[in-house]
Amino acid sequence: MFDYNKVLSDRVVGIKPSGIRKFFDILDEMKDVVSLTVGQPDFVTPWHIREAGIRSLEEGRTYYTSNNGIIEMRQEIAAYQSRRFGLDYNPKDEIIVTVGGSEAIDMAIRTLTNYGDEIIVPEPCFVCYSPLVSLSGGVPVSIPLKKENAFKLTAEELKNAITPKTKALILPFPNNPTGACMNRRDLEAIAEVIRDTDIIVISDEIYGELTYDEPHCSIATLDGMRERTIIASGFSKAYAMTGWRLGYTLAPNYFTKQMAKVHQFGIMCAPTTSQFAAVEALKNGDDDIQYMKDEYDSRRRFIVNGLKEIGIHCFMPEGAFYVFADISHYGMTSERFCERLLMEKSVAIVPGTAFGECGEGFVRISYAYSIKRIEKALRLIEEFVGTL
Amino acid sequence: MKNKILTYLENDARLTPVQIAVMLGTTEEKVRSIIEECEAEGSILSYRAVINWDKTGKESVTALIELKTTPQKDKGFDAVAEKISNFPQVNSVYLMSGGYDLAITVECKTMRDIAIFVAEKLATIEGVTSTATHFVLQKYKDNDVVFESDKSDKRGNTW
Repeated sequence: MFDYNKVLSDRVVGIKPSGIRKFFDILDEMKDVVSLTVGQPDFVTPWHIREAGIRSLEEGRTYYTSNNGIIEMRQEIAAYQSRRFGLDYNPKDEIIVTVGGSEAIDMAIRTLTNYGDEIIVPEPCFVCYSPLVSLSGGVPVSIPLKKENAFKLTAEELKNAITPKTKALILPFPNNPTGACMNRRDLEAIAEVIRDTDIIVISDEIYGELTYDEPHCSIATLDGMRERTIIASGFSKAYAMTGWRLGYTLAPNYFTKQMAKVHQFGIMCAPTTSQFAAVEALKNGDDDIQYMKDEYDSRRRFIVNGLKEIGIHCFMPEGAFYVFADISHYGMTSERFCERLLMEKSVAIVPGTAFGECGEGFVRISYAYSIKRIEKALRLIEEFVGTL
Repeated sequence: MKNKILTYLENDARLTPVQIAVMLGTTEEKVRSIIEECEAEGSILSYRAVINWDKTGKESVTALIELKTTPQKDKGFDAVAEKISNFPQVNSVYLMSGGYDLAITVECKTMRDIAIFVAEKLATIEGVTSTATHFVLQKYKDNDVVFESDKSDKRGNTW
């Protein structure tokens, strides 16, 4: 008899399936659920961007592009990053266009990690970092972030997590699921710790455009940090382009040269149609970003206020499009809370534990939905907590 | 802030001042007073539902009428336009550039009703020199609202 365990990679088998998957499987089976679960915009990609993609197809641009992406696109990324965030990267050898922000993160982790290297992952966070570190033979070291610190990473927490084996720090801000942001002052404290070490920062800035109080600050803009930072970003959230699968890295030449190997052998190049659409987005999409951001902002106020009225406390999210609400006072685990809410009121939200153990006691509610939908969900949640 | 409030109401006239205040991070009083001001100055003209009458079985026909008229001394096209605006079956009246002068949309129960309206009421107005009537066969989008579009959420359940 064939022993599957012998033929499979220990690294892959060893990865725990995401807890949230089970929840989503139940959700997929149910009808008429008021779902506030998704981690993607509810807007359609703006028409002028879609049109640019269509035009590229009409013109027969169906070939592979150069590995790192069409040069026009890299030039536009450089111009955009300089215009929006004050960053300075050379389109020729410091930018790689990837298949979504996910590939950018994967490529960065794989390029840095030797067997046994520790990579620090502040949690709660997006689900991909730790599994990708494990796949690369590294060891994810989580830092449980605290509500009393507004889910920001503090210098003290970072210092305590650093060992001689620490290779890199994942810096996922603005954060999914908490909505926390790190401003220049917060980042300066982190940079202060990092500067004396050989630790590399992988800064996941996919939500960089979606900040509501102050503009996003990239750690690479701080003194001495550019040389030790790899920025991962993309088009999914800012331009509502999730399905186009397009992201990129910004990193000094010595990182980019090595990451390019991982990218060219594993992926070849990012989707060509998407690249042509994205050039249009970068050139003429600033207004679209502002429009969508304003919409999210009004929904953010609406949902936070609604939860408060129900008696569910939530930290005011400063970025992304989620609220991370505290439900610990209802005396049940976040998973149980979400399961009961789904079964009893057909409202779906995500247990905080899906984003790390320290998410216990919290639930993630996405506001990438219409006000009407949010209003309906809030009403049902109110009914539900009224029965507890 | 005024334009924001107007945009919200244009999309959904049923939003309450309290809800709008929360969304904008301001007070209910402030929103109320701006809305009242808009109503007074006439920037908000009315609040109504966009209805797809095809769904209800109610018989109704819409036509777009191109109308040519001789401008009158001192009043230009205003007098004729105002006269036409007074008919309840007329939904809109626009003064146009190009090949004709007024674009009028008319809604009646049957095509025959529209034909009678054009022949008896519009064409007989003093100064009107010609009309061309185009019947609407199907509405795909009206007042910013796309009819019959699939509104189900097809986004994949990802985190």
